[in-house]
Amino acid sequence: MIYFQILANGLMLGALYACIAVGFSLVWGVLNVINILHGTFIVLGSYIAFFAFRFAGIHPFVSVFIAGFVLFLMGYAIQSAMINRVIAAPVLITLTLTFGIDLVLNNAMLVAFSADYRKINLPSPLPSFEVASIFLPGDRVAAMGLALLLTILLYFLLRATNVGRAIIAVRMDREAAALMGVDVKRVNAITFGIGALMAGATGALISVIYPISPLNSSAFLGKAFVVCVLGGLGSVPGALVGGLMLGVLESFGGFWFGPEHAVTLSFGLLLILLFARPGGLLGKRGYE
Amino acid sequence: MKRDWVILVCGAAAIGALGWSGDNYFIRLLTILCMYATLAQSWNFIGGFAGYPSFATAAFFGLGAYTSGVLQNQGLPILMCWGLAGLCAAVFAVLIGGAILHLRGHYFAIATLIIAEMLREIVNTTPNLTGGGMGLNLPILRISVDVQSRVFLLAMLVLAVVTTAAAILLQRSRLGFGLRCIQQNESAASILGVNAYQYKTAAFGMSAVFVGMAGAIYASWVNYIEPPDVFDILIAVKPLVMVLLGGIGTIFGPIIGAMVLLALEELVWRNFLTVHAAALGVIIILLVLFLPNGLFSLLKDLSAKRAKQ
Amino acid sequence: MTVLLELKSVSRQFGGLNAVNDVSFQVSQGEILGLIGPNGAGKTTLINLITGVHPATSGRILFDGQDITKMRAHQIARKGLARTFQVVQPFPKMTVLENVATGALFAGGATGLKDAFAQARQHLEFTGLGDSVDKLASTLTLAKRKRLELAKGLAMRPRLLMLDEVNAGLNSMEIDDALRMIRTIAERGVTIIIIEHLMKVMLSTAQRIVALHYGQMIADGVPDAVLRNPRVIEAYLGSKYAAAHSGSSA
Repeated sequence: MIYFQILANGLMLGALYACIAVGFSLVWGVLNVINILHGTFIVLGSYIAFFAFRFAGIHPFVSVFIAGFVLFLMGYAIQSAMINRVIAAPVLITLTLTFGIDLVLNNAMLVAFSADYRKINLPSPLPSFEVASIFLPGDRVAAMGLALLLTILLYFLLRATNVGRAIIAVRMDREAAALMGVDVKRVNAITFGIGALMAGATGALISVIYPISPLNSSAFLGKAFVVCVLGGLGSVPGALVGGLMLGVLESFGGFWFGPEHAVTLSFGLLLILLFARPGGLLGKRGYE
Repeated sequence: MKRDWVILVCGAAAIGALGWSGDNYFIRLLTILCMYATLAQSWNFIGGFAGYPSFATAAFFGLGAYTSGVLQNQGLPILMCWGLAGLCAAVFAVLIGGAILHLRGHYFAIATLIIAEMLREIVNTTPNLTGGGMGLNLPILRISVDVQSRVFLLAMLVLAVVTTAAAILLQRSRLGFGLRCIQQNESAASILGVNAYQYKTAAFGMSAVFVGMAGAIYASWVNYIEPPDVFDILIAVKPLVMVLLGGIGTIFGPIIGAMVLLALEELVWRNFLTVHAAALGVIIILLVLFLPNGLFSLLKDLSAKRAKQ
Repeated sequence: MTVLLELKSVSRQFGGLNAVNDVSFQVSQGEILGLIGPNGAGKTTLINLITGVHPATSGRILFDGQDITKMRAHQIARKGLARTFQVVQPFPKMTVLENVATGALFAGGATGLKDAFAQARQHLEFTGLGDSVDKLASTLTLAKRKRLELAKGLAMRPRLLMLDEVNAGLNSMEIDDALRMIRTIAERGVTIIIIEHLMKVMLSTAQRIVALHYGQMIADGVPDAVLRNPRVIEAYLGSKYAAAHSGSSA
């Protein structure tokens, strides 16, 4: 059955989308900041994996940790040094700031790595297999599994650790959290760092599947937007459901209307959703 | 208000005179200045007066450029094409505004960002009408280059003057007053009888009409348009940066912002071509972090310090 | 007496909570109606339903015989229903004069900005803010901000004015001033609904009182009768009755 194949493709894609969006969603939900940098963080993660593979032969799946760590430090620094200064300002200001930082970073990547598309060619890709006549490429399945694992790890980090509890406290009520002795600025920086970590890790994951270029960052950002609106803000399960939905929708949309319309379809869907349910399909109504 | 008109007339006359006598490079700069002023002034209607963080400028600009480009290729007179481009952008803004102006804050910002992406994709997937990703050539005017450059400067200048005149009129009108109320407290404004929905839609339409025309004039000026060029997100962000530079919700702030940004851009373009985007990024970061109330706040601070001494 | 405002089984749910539940009463032209109830009884929600801030989940609201249940806030405002907010909501970046002029311009039938400013000045004189016209609204003291709210409401030329705790946080001299103003407004023929925690204010101004408890109407009648109603005493005054007599607030 062709539809099962399309569904399977959609789910594999969707798990990656969830992973792309979950850090973005966290930052938006907790800090009330739209992080335009998110797409660039993902691309940066891919480059880390690319160079680690080329110069040290490190498998991209191992680089997930390296990229995550590097991006965490970077995100932490950006939030502490810049965004924290205007965190209470209106939407326009924080969004513009992240846009400005993104211009700098993306331009730096263009200069350093050029706009050429690069690809990691694994010498021994995982074998593909077939289940009930559904074709499953090994590397994609592995990437999907790791993406789901990362998402679940983030969920437990938020639920079961002190850092996670502090983040959730800040999300619920900034002032109350401050009164309870939470160092809000530090939690902000950690949250932004975790958002960047998830982006970097995702970037390393998808480097085995997609070609790498700084030009891709806006496409990743677009996906993160759509997933957030689909699934609702700031919740890990929301991002997961939103990502899987978008993956499946794009997969079927591409099959029925042609792959060149997939982007238009997902954006069209987003506009309809914003019109009808601005808080996401699962979420409550938004912040403002 | 009278003072505003005097400044506007003098400024326009000065640009006209400078342009008439200047060389083509200088005329090009002035034309871009007028275009930037139009975009910034237009953004101020929705972003400054009404307080809705719109990133739809790129959508209106590209829509105007393509509307006029397609119509010009059908053989319609150029002025009519420019007018229709403005009309088309305004109608589009009113329709889309009906769907998204109930959103606040981030959601509104995202919706407007996506509109430009949607339009870009639509252009990309309709090559028969718009040339798709290959771009669209426009008919070349059969007049000398020197005359052409002055004609386009005049067109952009008139547009910038009209847009600024609209801002002056808006500030002292019922609509402008209502928009200021909405910006400060929308629900309180409704309770006082302001039809917030209608007013926001009007502001959104106003922020589209002149931008659509600017896109149309730009398309005729450069003779060739392609989606990444006219739907560029920078077209949405620059007006906002200019308004932040010059002072939000004021009449001449956007124009001053346009001048400053253009001057900076020229400096950067000449000296650091490969990192011009990064340079713009640095400008934005410095602006947001250190001058959130615009350049005038800096002058005010300085004069306050001097008064103390 | 002609009926100006009529509520017919009006309800409003938020999630699963019945904030207002099956409330029906009438307000006659020229009347001063008091609305009482403990915190969370649904008084402000009820005002929000009448003024179109939230739509009613069920029931009908008639103003001057016309169904306004489905109308939007600005339409209702233009019909002649004005309100003040419990938490004052001036436009902070506008002057006091401009604040009041908005009411005149958008609901009070002013012909233009000039006319609106002229009308606004009169209302500011009346409310004793004549010396603050050019100040930014955000710089006023609480007492003055409450009066600004009142002036904004008056500028809308209302037929029905709803006052949501205009006296909260004021000292007794300021309260006396406010009460004089409210009575003068009523003498001009404006119908008034007043929400208040201070029993003294209720007894001296309201001609009739409606009491709410957990979103339901538990009493409707002349002040003395309502305050003697056992359900009201139990719901509202029960624990606080003594406090009402020993202090000024209940």
